[in-house]
Amino acid sequence: MLDVYLNQIVSGVLTGLVYGLSALGLSVIFGVCRIINFAHGEMMVVGMYLALMLFRWAGLDPLLSIPIVGGVLFAAGYALQGGLINRLIGVPEHMQFIMLAALAIVIVSSCLMIFGPDLQNAPLSYAYDSYQIGPILVDKVKIMAGGAALVVAALLAAFFRWTYLGKAIRACGDNLTGAVVIGLNVKRLYALAFGIGAGCIGVAGCILLLLVDVQPYLATDYTLLAFVIVIVGGLGSLAGALIAGVLIGVSEAVAGLLVQPSLKSVFSFALLILVLLLRPQGLFGRQA
Amino acid sequence: MPLDRISRRAVLAGTSAAAITAAMPIGRAVAALPPLKVGVIHPTSGFMALIGQICNRGAAIAPALLEEWGYPKLDIRYGDTETNPDISRAAGNRLIDNGAQILVGAFDSGQTTTLAQAAEQRGIPLMIDIAGAPQITEQGYKFVFRNFPRAPDIVGGALTVHKQIFAVSGKVPDKCVCLYRNDTYGNAIKKALDAMIPKFNMPYKVVEFIAYDPQARDLSVEVAKAKSTGAEFVLAVSVANDAILLTREMVKQRWLPWAIAAAGPGWYDQSYRKALGKLGNYPISTVPWQDPTKARTKEVLATLAKKFPGQAVDSSTMYTFEALLIVADAYKRAGSAAPQALAEALRHTELPAKDTITIGNPKGIFFDAKGQVNGIPMAGIQNLDGEPKVVLPIGSAEAKLVFPQPAWQGRA
Repeated sequence: MLDVYLNQIVSGVLTGLVYGLSALGLSVIFGVCRIINFAHGEMMVVGMYLALMLFRWAGLDPLLSIPIVGGVLFAAGYALQGGLINRLIGVPEHMQFIMLAALAIVIVSSCLMIFGPDLQNAPLSYAYDSYQIGPILVDKVKIMAGGAALVVAALLAAFFRWTYLGKAIRACGDNLTGAVVIGLNVKRLYALAFGIGAGCIGVAGCILLLLVDVQPYLATDYTLLAFVIVIVGGLGSLAGALIAGVLIGVSEAVAGLLVQPSLKSVFSFALLILVLLLRPQGLFGRQA
Repeated sequence: MPLDRISRRAVLAGTSAAAITAAMPIGRAVAALPPLKVGVIHPTSGFMALIGQICNRGAAIAPALLEEWGYPKLDIRYGDTETNPDISRAAGNRLIDNGAQILVGAFDSGQTTTLAQAAEQRGIPLMIDIAGAPQITEQGYKFVFRNFPRAPDIVGGALTVHKQIFAVSGKVPDKCVCLYRNDTYGNAIKKALDAMIPKFNMPYKVVEFIAYDPQARDLSVEVAKAKSTGAEFVLAVSVANDAILLTREMVKQRWLPWAIAAAGPGWYDQSYRKALGKLGNYPISTVPWQDPTKARTKEVLATLAKKFPGQAVDSSTMYTFEALLIVADAYKRAGSAAPQALAEALRHTELPAKDTITIGNPKGIFFDAKGQVNGIPMAGIQNLDGEPKVVLPIGSAEAKLVFPQPAWQGRA
């Protein structure tokens, strides 16, 4: 039975890395723009469909579509921020929620009209391959997905830590007044941050297509999951989002084995409640 | 015509006509019957829209084909339940208001229950084509009839097919694991299994029942847990999407049970077979099904192939057609569209098995006092070469059972 648990822990870690990457986008957007993106899951589904279309039209593996899909979502996020989201900065939160929820509905309905309601996937040649290392048996697809998520997260972290633009964006998030005073173009940086967040979500969509089939109504589940991860990890913390994603992935896998698989989501939400009670700023978030 | 003008030729012609008519009274009576107004009600919109439309294919071909077979004309009018039990009742009432003399429907048990209430209240017969909830024919209704197995019969039939599988193959598994959807349907089947497995004295032991979230996108944990039981036989209660996820995980986790026996739909669906290709071969579904060896079934299948080219045939289409066959037969015997006459004729239905479409009671179609056809066996349908084929019962088989299934490797 130990090998069964080991397998599930490894699988949970790899899946959790993808969850974490998807939540990173949400964390970036909130951390800088202080906007809670309620259309998060919907943007990820758009990323999945774009990757699917590139696979069907050009035979492009979803992992190789990452630069294209990430770029398209970045551009869309940048434009969205300038055209719509900018007007939501500073407004009451319920107005942010309504506007972004409406955007989410528009996205889902558009996907439904264009792609239909059926589940669709990219039938990859290596979809059923797995590697065996001792007692551990892991999907090739999960290894590639987890690996890609880790690489993208690392690149994102490096961008925010070591590039001028990344530091400028962080400055806006940390101290808006200070950023304005030192002459940073806050509006442009906000748009860049939203674009980067959206691009990150799109990349997560490409990677997620390796693991699950896409349909328009998938979005709600992943929006909720992303919120759980970001709250557990700490709003605005990149490392927190990634680690929380892994925690959630592993807890679901192990809980499913220990108790009943149909109750595995219960554990993610139980973890959320525990964190909110004991450490409301999240595991790696800063106290208000 | 004055008597002195009547010729011998006229007398001869008249006498011949009378003799011919006397020899074939039913033919003359059928020709004289006006078309029977039949209200066919299924969910043709909402989330069950696809299956409702599949059922209606049976109704689309029924009038012409039944007339060819010597039955009276049917005038089909369609109703839509919108996948909603309340709207099902309203749709039934609307059809009756617009002249429907008999109703056929409605696939889903909830929607059929309310339709049955409406039919009974209005005194219009309802011929249930598909619906498994046992309580529908336990209400003492006088106008409701069903030619479909009830849920306990479906489960009992499934267990009987399992025994047939083991008898034919000579291989008997010790352990079985059940993977089922954690929803109303899955839990109902699980409850029936709990009750019936001990009664049927099955040779295997169900070592674990594993419920999974019907909305789950990833069933790796569930499959890992099932694999860890060491069970050789998998009993699945799922729909096509879950079936696809489960199969993929079994391949990835290199777990090859002897068979996946599905108690219900999903594993023979076209979407499952299309998604998995050769990896979708060999699951065995235990379901009510058409009998491919019967002459009338072959005619129906040929007609469907012409009218709906490229569309896989679903047993739902066949059950709707058979319901209309029963209705036409009753109308022919009743000679009247009056509700009481139709209901009485239905009650006295005795359709020989050779004249039916589905794998039904070997003695044919006849209703008990509650309006239920009993003794409907389940068929064992196995996906072979990408198509669902009847492998059990042997008498209706169109292909040989493959049990245990061959390895995953080399199939794709």
